[in-house]
Amino acid sequence: MTGGQGVTLRVEACGKTFPDGTRALEPITLDVARGETLVFLGPSGCGKTTMLRIIAGLERPDVGGRILFNEVDVTGIPIERRNVGMVFQSYALFPNMNVAENIGYGLKIRGIGKAEREARVAELVALTGIEGLVHRRVDQLSGGQRQRVALARAVAARPSVLLLDEPLTALDAALRERLRVELDRLLRTLGITTIYVTHDQTEAMMLGDRIVVMRKGAIAQIGTARDIYFSPASRFVAEFIGATNIVEAECHDGMLALPGGRLPIQNGASGAVVVMIRPESIDIISTEGAVLSGRVGDVSFIGDRQRLTVSGAAHKPLLVDAPNSLGIKAGDIVGLSVKPEAIRLLAGD
Amino acid sequence: MISIRDRLIFTGQLLFTLLVAAFLIVPAILSMLAGVTVNYFQGIRSGVTLQWVIQVWELYADTIARSFVIALSALTVTLIVGIPAAYALHVRGGRLSRVVEEIITLPLAVPGLAIALGLLLTYGGFSDFRRSWLFILAGHVVFTLPFMVRSVMAVFAAIDVKTLDESASSLGASPWRRFLDVIVPNARPGILAGSLMVVTLSLGEFNLTWMLHTPLTKTLPVGLADSYASMRLEVASAYTLVFFVMIIPLLVAMQIFADHKRRQGAGR
Repeated sequence: MTGGQGVTLRVEACGKTFPDGTRALEPITLDVARGETLVFLGPSGCGKTTMLRIIAGLERPDVGGRILFNEVDVTGIPIERRNVGMVFQSYALFPNMNVAENIGYGLKIRGIGKAEREARVAELVALTGIEGLVHRRVDQLSGGQRQRVALARAVAARPSVLLLDEPLTALDAALRERLRVELDRLLRTLGITTIYVTHDQTEAMMLGDRIVVMRKGAIAQIGTARDIYFSPASRFVAEFIGATNIVEAECHDGMLALPGGRLPIQNGASGAVVVMIRPESIDIISTEGAVLSGRVGDVSFIGDRQRLTVSGAAHKPLLVDAPNSLGIKAGDIVGLSVKPEAIRLLAGD
Repeated sequence: MISIRDRLIFTGQLLFTLLVAAFLIVPAILSMLAGVTVNYFQGIRSGVTLQWVIQVWELYADTIARSFVIALSALTVTLIVGIPAAYALHVRGGRLSRVVEEIITLPLAVPGLAIALGLLLTYGGFSDFRRSWLFILAGHVVFTLPFMVRSVMAVFAAIDVKTLDESASSLGASPWRRFLDVIVPNARPGILAGSLMVVTLSLGEFNLTWMLHTPLTKTLPVGLADSYASMRLEVASAYTLVFFVMIIPLLVAMQIFADHKRRQGAGR
């Protein structure tokens, strides 16, 4: 099949309807560049894993859908001849083989000789930092070690496309954070075209060159982490990515009319609008001369900042991130200022 | 402080247990003793001898050998058919698989005699087949296959074999390679348990075999019935002794194996 590190990948009108009639995926078309990491992000049941399995060759798309690697149609080719590498959520390491045998299995299948196989395994062991574990049985490994073995095994045979299905979900938070950094470094080193599925937005933003936000089997938005964070295409995306305030209000003469005052906005919309304001783009100022004010409800000190809820300013309490040095307590009346460009108009839902 | 009441209860329970055990074991022991007694009606005082055992061996060696041939053949067939069947049923899933599984399991619920009658009605006309030991083998495979399929499927369910299979396929392994490299090695505990069960059941099967056998294709238990019906009591008893010697090591192996598996399961 297609050789070499990384191919261009094209998903063309791939939908998926299961035999019982459930529509798991609306027909989706998208292109992935050579060496790019594309992250499918969405809540469970949004179709992201189905998409991954279609690209892998574990599921067939509905009639009319096509998958192309380097512009070659691979839709009818079974997974074992697609030259993909895959990391499963449960890792699916072979319990009857030790670590080295697991990593070398794909090479053995391809008929690569013992010496070359061992050299490649050693290389991957070093790359993933699991030296000293090669002769262990897989049930003697910790979660993080299993994750590394699964990754080493998936990339051992230099796949055209690397597919990762929630590879960090099974780990605890601290380990997840560390492995996220490691994984990022590794994916950049390898330069393989990578499809990554996750429901964790931090993972998505950190690892993805581009992110596909999915909802109910359809694409809600495709873009870089910045695009999606700062200019969400819909209310769903805004709420799914990061903490945010969704404010529904009337807009007149470039001003947003709120219970606690008026906020100037950039967009010349008028009538009922829905806008998004990120907590970190709201500044706490003195009430004097403030266009908007409210009363502080909860104060949660997080360390690098403190997160407040301010009620009375909008219809619902606003989340506000304040500097950790700011002396403030519940019940204080504060002024709020928001730069007009930080207020994003959102499409309906 | 252990009260008198507790002690009484304990003693009562112990006596009851011993009584039940005796009820089960004493006849077996008596029967085996009879097999080495010179004259059963005079009792053990008449002396101990191996002549009856030797006589049984002379009369029934071919029967015993045939039993083992049938048991091992049944094992071979259930391995070749049962493991792929269990794999297919597990990986495919869905309603059809459930139905097939139920059909395979049916011989457990249907009396052996009824299965035998069915086989006779269907294949009785093929007289060469009807007369050969292969006819009995067919009956034993029908009867033991569910045990193999079930015990292998139980392992498949425990190790998420479907994802293992998918992960091997993502590494480039063909279905056949996956089956040999990943599926079978990981199903080994189930395959071993199933194998012991198949051999033991085949060696001990009577109902079905009795209907299917011809005078030239007797098996161990059928020969036992035959010796009870037509030999002197000591010979029949010696036969029982031989039967126990054959089957008990298998039962013990099965038990040891089950214990080992349980300990492994607890360790995990």
